[in-house]
Amino acid sequence: MAVKELYDVIVIGSGPGGLAAAIAAKKAGADDVLIIERDIELGGILLQCIHNGFGVEIFKEDLPGPTYSQRFIKEVRALGIETMLDTMVLDITPLKKVYASSKQHGFVVLEARSIVLAMGCRERTRPMIRIPGTRPSGVYTAGTAQRWTNVEGYLPGKRFVILGSGDIGMIMARRLTFEGAKVERVLEVMPHLTGLTRNYVQCLLDFDIQLQLRHTVKRIIGNDRVEAIESVKVDEKWKPVPGTEEIIPCDTLLLSVGLIPENELSKKAGVLLDPRIGGPIVDDSFQTNVPGIFAAGNVVHVYDLVDWVTEAGYVAGNAAGEYAIKERQKETGSITIQAGDNVRYVVPQMLDKAHLTDKPISLQMRVINPIEDPVWVEAHDGSNLVARKAERYVRPGEMVTLKLRPKHFDDVRKAGTLTISVNPK
Amino acid sequence: MEEKTKLICISCPKGCSLDVTHDGNTILKVENAACKQGYVYAEKEFTDPRRMVASTVKVKGGLHPLVPVYTANPIPKPKIQDLLVELRKVELQAPVTGGDVVLENVFGTGINIITSRDMPAV
Repeated sequence: MAVKELYDVIVIGSGPGGLAAAIAAKKAGADDVLIIERDIELGGILLQCIHNGFGVEIFKEDLPGPTYSQRFIKEVRALGIETMLDTMVLDITPLKKVYASSKQHGFVVLEARSIVLAMGCRERTRPMIRIPGTRPSGVYTAGTAQRWTNVEGYLPGKRFVILGSGDIGMIMARRLTFEGAKVERVLEVMPHLTGLTRNYVQCLLDFDIQLQLRHTVKRIIGNDRVEAIESVKVDEKWKPVPGTEEIIPCDTLLLSVGLIPENELSKKAGVLLDPRIGGPIVDDSFQTNVPGIFAAGNVVHVYDLVDWVTEAGYVAGNAAGEYAIKERQKETGSITIQAGDNVRYVVPQMLDKAHLTDKPISLQMRVINPIEDPVWVEAHDGSNLVARKAERYVRPGEMVTLKLRPKHFDDVRKAGTLTISVNPK
Repeated sequence: MEEKTKLICISCPKGCSLDVTHDGNTILKVENAACKQGYVYAEKEFTDPRRMVASTVKVKGGLHPLVPVYTANPIPKPKIQDLLVELRKVELQAPVTGGDVVLENVFGTGINIITSRDMPAV
């Protein structure tokens, strides 16, 4: 794929939110839509969610994650949406420049008329919940274990304890049991289940996996590898109840203790976050405080159902597409070139904004009076200096040229009229 | 003899708590179901409990070493372990197309095991 420098819409991430946003942007009439994905294929986390339960709202079908995802991937391909895979976005600026790097393309700087942030969320880790004890290998987040087990073909342990009764934790309890591992216990610090009740039934009850509410991990035991964990009951204030400790032998502890919207890039772009959820503050079209930057899906807040993420992606993508089209309309039209101080005329008299792409544009002129000293030949938009060059002298009989280069075009585009002047230095 | 049992419907993410009135395995009444799936689920759960099963099978020469598979329809609960044993014996060759049948009519249930996604060859 040849990388362009300017896109109508760039979507960061190709999970359900990003795929839906790209599709909606294209359907809204945006021409160049690009998805940037850091994995080697489109689809996001759904690819590792091989269990069914997806699509009940949108397709009225009960599909596995990869199947749900593939329907949107096929639509993305059919619509001719461009993709950059295995590519990491490093930075986004409020002016919608996107800095990215990949093996295939190297370091690239792209620009977009609008951006949809669809980076999803990430799992809370051991340091974030501060579990005491030693630091052996064998402590993983449930989603990481899910990726290894379902995509990469590694079983990360044989005897598991799972902390947290979120959906990923319960689904992994069943999945690991399917693969021959033993899940010794699921511990939940809250007095209630945090995932869906149906997952308690079909993932834990069906396989006699014990769930203990109001329990947590007091300590991790083991040097090179987890050897056991010490569990403890907690009271209403989450304080450990002395005398309720239990040593549970295991070789792996999985953490399913919550998800947090992933917004490192959003912050760099100047996007304001809602401190309660860690996701961007958005309007009803999912536009952030930065004009032209939208956010969709779990990057905003963590949804229960993927179908709702898709719906959010459609709304954000449609708005991003419309925004890009409006921007493009602003960019088209012409700019008047006006003769200013000591300039008799300039050719061309007008610039077509659509031509402000990658090639320099020459402005040719004649001066009114000769100046036998060094001068500045300048193009101004009102008081803003857009471009200038020096000449050692100017004479009416000798034509003067000022080149507008691509680096000037951002400023040129904003101007209604450019005034060209020649004055002594 | 009329009995009451609580069941959690697993037909959709809502997870309705059903109050089932039954005489042995004969369902008399299902209360607190948000939709008619609740009745269907309760009846099935009493006579022939079934579950969707999702797992993976090995694939040679693909983008990943595994391809996810699932039961096209829920299979009887007692057959789950046997199915997992069968799936461990399967090895596909990439490229694989999503929806391909991996095991046909497993254990004579009429249910096929199908792949959940394409797996391109590399």
